[in-house]
Amino acid sequence: MTGEKKKKKVKTIKIDIDKCNGCRACEVICSAFHSTPKYASNNPARSRIRIHFDPLRDIYLPVYAGEYTAAECMGRDKYTINGKEYDECDFCRASCPSRTLFKEPDSGLPLKCDMCEDDPELKEPMCVQWCLNDALTYEEHEEEVEEELKMEDVELGLKSMVDQYGWQKVIDTVARMAKRAEAPKSS
Amino acid sequence: MRYAETGVNLEIDLSRGSIEKVVTDPAWTELYLGGLGTNAKILWDRVPPETHPFSPENLLIFSAGLLDGTPAPGANRTILSTFSPQTLLMAFSMMGGFFGPELKYAGYDKVIVRGKSPDLVYLWINNDKVEIRDARHLRGKGALETIERIKEELNEPKAQVMAIGLAGENRVYFASVETTRGSASRLGIGAVMGDKGLKAIAVRGTNDIHIARPAEFVEVCNDLLKYILHRLNNPLKGGVAPILARIGSPQEMALHDEAWHTASFAWGHARYRKPDFWNKEVEEKWAAITETVRKRLVSCYNCPVKCAGYIHYPGYSNYILKCFSKLTYTMAAMSDLDFGFRILAHAHEYGVDGFTTPQVLAFAVELYEAGILTDQDMPGFPKTNEERFFWLLERTVRREGIGDVLANGVYWAARQIGKGAEAFDHNTIKKHEQVPIKLGMLNPIYFLMWATGEKINITQIEGQIPQVPFETKEDKEDFVRDWIHVPNKYADAFKRFVLEWEPRGEHALPFYPPVDVVCALVEWQEILHYIDDSTGICAGLSSFPLKPPYHINNLPRIISLATGMDLDDEALWEIATRNRTLVRAINIRRGMRRSDEKPPADHWKRRFPEFETKLLETYYRFRGWNEEGIPTEETLRRLRLEEVAEDFLERGILKGKEEAAKGNVTKQG
Repeated sequence: MTGEKKKKKVKTIKIDIDKCNGCRACEVICSAFHSTPKYASNNPARSRIRIHFDPLRDIYLPVYAGEYTAAECMGRDKYTINGKEYDECDFCRASCPSRTLFKEPDSGLPLKCDMCEDDPELKEPMCVQWCLNDALTYEEHEEEVEEELKMEDVELGLKSMVDQYGWQKVIDTVARMAKRAEAPKSS
Repeated sequence: MRYAETGVNLEIDLSRGSIEKVVTDPAWTELYLGGLGTNAKILWDRVPPETHPFSPENLLIFSAGLLDGTPAPGANRTILSTFSPQTLLMAFSMMGGFFGPELKYAGYDKVIVRGKSPDLVYLWINNDKVEIRDARHLRGKGALETIERIKEELNEPKAQVMAIGLAGENRVYFASVETTRGSASRLGIGAVMGDKGLKAIAVRGTNDIHIARPAEFVEVCNDLLKYILHRLNNPLKGGVAPILARIGSPQEMALHDEAWHTASFAWGHARYRKPDFWNKEVEEKWAAITETVRKRLVSCYNCPVKCAGYIHYPGYSNYILKCFSKLTYTMAAMSDLDFGFRILAHAHEYGVDGFTTPQVLAFAVELYEAGILTDQDMPGFPKTNEERFFWLLERTVRREGIGDVLANGVYWAARQIGKGAEAFDHNTIKKHEQVPIKLGMLNPIYFLMWATGEKINITQIEGQIPQVPFETKEDKEDFVRDWIHVPNKYADAFKRFVLEWEPRGEHALPFYPPVDVVCALVEWQEILHYIDDSTGICAGLSSFPLKPPYHINNLPRIISLATGMDLDDEALWEIATRNRTLVRAINIRRGMRRSDEKPPADHWKRRFPEFETKLLETYYRFRGWNEEGIPTEETLRRLRLEEVAEDFLERGILKGKEEAAKGNVTKQG
């Protein structure tokens, strides 16, 4: 946290929920892109974009995975927009203890949209490329921002484990596993 | 590691209440791919031919396609297979939407249901946790209402649910199985589901689906999306009807121009054409009502084409609609689109087939008008057609009064009513109601498709070729110039057909194109459907439209990259032929023969009985079937269906050393 100002490329995905056709192709290709090796598998539960859908009420609401949070918030407001009822949580990007959304289904580790960072850089994130109905569009602009440390994936995962188990248990477990990994294999 | 498929089927015995997970044989994937192919193999192996559809021994199979849940655009179909209470032959029906992929993510390729539950139940598949749950509180509820209630009581808003309505519970022979965005409508599969006491299946899946060659596969998917976008932005020209110029299902929710359907198809009980019906006034009126009630265009899983419309007609339940059902009630009742939208709300909740039901209701009206059905049979029968249709629908789905007779469909109802009603059964093939179309001149390609299609529904064997000749030389050349979709072995013949076909003269129907080209055109169109019904790819992107994104020249590679198989076009053609032949074998074993294979007598004004006989015989020979339409021993062995050959020889269906039908067959009546 240096407090210095620098020019930063800000990437935005605009979401037009009126245009969403409910196909969830974005969930397929996002989870596929982020699988290892790339595209080897897909699983909407691992997608960083999820559609809140309720077809018989004509509700389709794409939301991107955002910050991880250790504690639920207090608010559970309901919104009515154009006669359709939404929960406040429907709009929320957080990987939160109150729900399974934006968490890996097996490990429970949080998911966060990284705009499909890759080398070489993609023209647009994959969800935008696969949304042929333009419900998702990509924009870039420059902003002056304060420089901040970026949390890596590993840090994100560790932070949530520390929140759940506490520092000591995590440190002890890592030490134990590292030792086991170094030890010669017994037959 | 299983690629594309999960490699696990769920076996549910509703009589015992047992649930088993069975690992499948990868060799079957190589032979049949999946979906309809492996469904047919299971039905052949496990359901003896004397099994009645309402027997506990009948199997009801719900299958995801092989490619469902992979990134392949439009690979999302669920293929239901069983035996039809109406035709007594194999029933298969495909639905779009979201169920198939969700089943794959849950870890299963198929749900195979046998037996009957003593009480009404539903199945809840939640990844590896599978339960049979009490559904008595859902008895009588509409299909869509049931779906909502189940998602609520399970607290699983992301679950995909398929359900039957009242029609399925009452074993109406044209009961459908519904999801919010997709219906398995035809041949009465909903009745078998109701007979087994299964009200619904709910599924939720959060597992991975793997593919063999990831980077190459997604590159192909990207190319497919590019072509899809190209076809969406460039509807075909050259006089192709707007409804047929795009991809997906015919875009009847997006487009208002229904000139082609309303002029070409038959109104009432498939009786009258109204060539002058469509005019500016009707178009404006119908456009206005559509724009009012259609709130959004929506798609199926992982498909960018928006074939379906969310319909909110105030005072009626909400539903999602696509394609020709928009018009089938309207035209059968000789009414308007406003009526159509209203009765469709009921049809979706009751769960009934949008092709058969309007025909059955119109048939009942005809019989009443002819005095064959009287006020005694139908006390309180209203005066207007619209009211009559609602009145009849209510009684049919409940099997009340005359509804109990009508609920078995036109063929059986006509015979039960008697008194000359049989003469009014004029639009069925193999006891199954057909799309209402009665044209002038025999079309030999369509003759063979109507007669021999195992799905007994023209929309699921046709596609790919223009319905009428192009008018100008430029239009013809434009069409064939980028016709990359034609199979290599027939490319020249098919292109020549389009270039030479004329409305009159020596290159006109019915004697053009030459019979061998007719046979090849039928085989090609049908093969594409069998590929789609195994892979789970939507026919709207593949077998059904002109110039589709998926075709025989890219499908082998797409399937290979997903599964790790190594297919070329010939190998894929053979697999599809094997599946097609196996379905025929199942029906032959249940008694289907050549005498069943004919379009209705009034299907065209101009018929040519001797030519039609020669056509059918030539086609049987072309496919390697004998003069009864039975695949020969040689054909079966060549397709590695030896067990079918053995079974047929044992039963005397084939008589050893069969030769394919000879060239000079004597003329038959």
